[in-house]
Amino acid sequence: MPTARRPAPEMLSDLRERIQRLEGREARARGALPFGVLEIDRRLPGGGLALGALHEVAGGGNGAVDGAAAALFTAGIAARTKGKVLWCVVRQDLFAPAIAQAGLAPGRVVYVEAGDEKTLLACFEDALRHGGLSVVIGEVAKLSMTASRRLQLAAEGSGTTALAIRRWRRQTEAADFGQPTASVTRWRVSVLPSVALPVPGVGRARWLLELIRCRAGECADFEVEACDATGRLALSPEMAHRSPAAQVARQRAAR
Amino acid sequence: MIGRSGSRRTVTAADALAESAGLHVGMPATKAQALVPGLAVLDADPAGDADTLHRLAVWALRFSPMVAPDPPDGLVIDTTGADHLHGGEEAMLRALVERFAASGIEAQVGIADTWGAAHAAARHAGAAMVIIEPGRTRPALAGLRLAALRLPDRMRSDLHVLGFSTIGELAGQPRAPLTLRFGPQLARRLDQAFGDVPEPIEPVRSPDLVEVRRTFAEPIGAPETIRRYSGKLVDALIAELEGRGLGARRLDLLFGRVDNRWEAIRVGTARAERDARRLTRLLAERIETIDPGFGIEVMTLTASLAEPLGARQVISSLVEEEEPDVAGLYDLIANRVGERSLYRFAPVASDVPERSVMQIEPLALDDGASWVDHWPRPSRLLARPEPVETMALLPDHPPVWFTWRRQRRRVRRADGPERVFGEWWKREAEAATVRDYFCVEDDAGERFWIYRAGDGEHPETGSHRWYLHGIFA
Repeated sequence: MPTARRPAPEMLSDLRERIQRLEGREARARGALPFGVLEIDRRLPGGGLALGALHEVAGGGNGAVDGAAAALFTAGIAARTKGKVLWCVVRQDLFAPAIAQAGLAPGRVVYVEAGDEKTLLACFEDALRHGGLSVVIGEVAKLSMTASRRLQLAAEGSGTTALAIRRWRRQTEAADFGQPTASVTRWRVSVLPSVALPVPGVGRARWLLELIRCRAGECADFEVEACDATGRLALSPEMAHRSPAAQVARQRAAR
Repeated sequence: MIGRSGSRRTVTAADALAESAGLHVGMPATKAQALVPGLAVLDADPAGDADTLHRLAVWALRFSPMVAPDPPDGLVIDTTGADHLHGGEEAMLRALVERFAASGIEAQVGIADTWGAAHAAARHAGAAMVIIEPGRTRPALAGLRLAALRLPDRMRSDLHVLGFSTIGELAGQPRAPLTLRFGPQLARRLDQAFGDVPEPIEPVRSPDLVEVRRTFAEPIGAPETIRRYSGKLVDALIAELEGRGLGARRLDLLFGRVDNRWEAIRVGTARAERDARRLTRLLAERIETIDPGFGIEVMTLTASLAEPLGARQVISSLVEEEEPDVAGLYDLIANRVGERSLYRFAPVASDVPERSVMQIEPLALDDGASWVDHWPRPSRLLARPEPVETMALLPDHPPVWFTWRRQRRRVRRADGPERVFGEWWKREAEAATVRDYFCVEDDAGERFWIYRAGDGEHPETGSHRWYLHGIFA
């Protein structure tokens, strides 16, 4: 068995460049929005969440139905951008003060109550194509390959970032999240028990943030503390002090 | 009101007070005066009534592009393609009645598939607001009296003599003998009410509106052709608006079909607008909703709501970064989902969670106000608080466990209580009510916002039941 040679770094970067040219995205590189957490940012190509692309977020466990954590995670991302945000829902159940607490001021968000998913996707796409907004968020249950590709192309064309919150009516339908779509990254946010405080009370919420799919990157999962008042996440204390090797080993064991 | 029919003077209208004194419409004037001494009598003015009705019809154009007077005492409005802008049929009717009530007119409204059925529903169904679902016209009309059928008085009384009293009885009869006896009008009215024969509405137009019109020698029907000509009409309308220094807030595009029916499209904009491309796009979105039938002869484009629009100063990029203009996008979406479904949230100074937000227009001025956030708030709020079963120590301990949607959860950590008092200064019923909110976390880390109605001590403050109101992230 021949020993595996480590490829030279310039060879790798050359290959990356050629792939990018094939994808035709070089001219449209919009940069990335860093999370401000080194652990997460270095896992993502470009050092953050790619702008002008489609990203999917779903809740884990009961969160697949209520989408509470996914909504707040998304609001946190939108809060760190500049400009107006359009939030499309089928039926409204967001509580605006909570969105404002994640750093997304009420003056920046316009909500659309679409009534059904077909209209929602049409509004989602039109808003992306317009290009005047910074982020468009849509809460959908079904996202087919065709629909997601349309959204991705619209986002690429205008530079508006698309965030799709996947939210289903029943827990059993959440298996749909395994179906392939054209999104660039795919996240799952599940709640974790919070760290006990020295006094009675509830501390800052903690999430298990799974990066399930990432184009030109690897999967990873992080234990983070929920968005603060400016939409920023923070790494959980015990995770911050863990060595990368231990994490890789844990991931292997999980597979 | 006393009017003259032929050589007789009869009562043509009476107010509620007069009716309670025993007067009714159609009674001879002399009899009425004999019945009530000192009766205040006014001469009827049919021409004035018709004029007022016409003005009322022009006013009602704000609800739909197709409105016509339905003399002597009604308006007929074709709401096809317009009701979604008002949040559905029921919301539209309610708004209509409220607007009329505000100007001192007591209105009865009915909505149905056909003009005839709506006429009957509004006047004879016995309720102030009647909605006949699509396809339910026949059963809905069957029980109504013959008066609902818009027949001459003479014919109606003759039918009574023959023993008919409801529309259902008449509709079940063979047509030939009836037509032989009463002429073609009876059958036509029946067919019009049931929708078997079309009954076109000749919409009123207001004289001072900006309007452009195009007549076709050869009827058109293909969607591409309609789209092209609507583009040309928009260009012509904009030239007209520009001359007057106006911008359109609402456009009505009416199509006159060869079979004498009218189809309409209505679009609205959030701001006065004079951009041809944008307006054409808004109209083009809705062209697929109209049915050209055998072809379209006339197209009329009206700016039914126009506002002054002068030149706008564009912020210099040296001073400030220019905000991208999203008004066009909002118009596109609002015309698709309805104006009420596109909004921003704004804070309201209220401690009661469901009253602390209100919906405002997307382009409303942003004053930077936000909620006063001392306490974390759940990201999802249930439309209605759902009752949960709990076990908790009174008066101010969080529950030890609770059962929501048949799932029992043990409470690991909790915060609270956050006491919310009823708004006694606004509502009498909330003089003493109290809610105690807790944020609780279960074993899995899921967090919920639950509250107890009442302070846990005094029964007048609430039922002491527990409810789940929101889900935290």
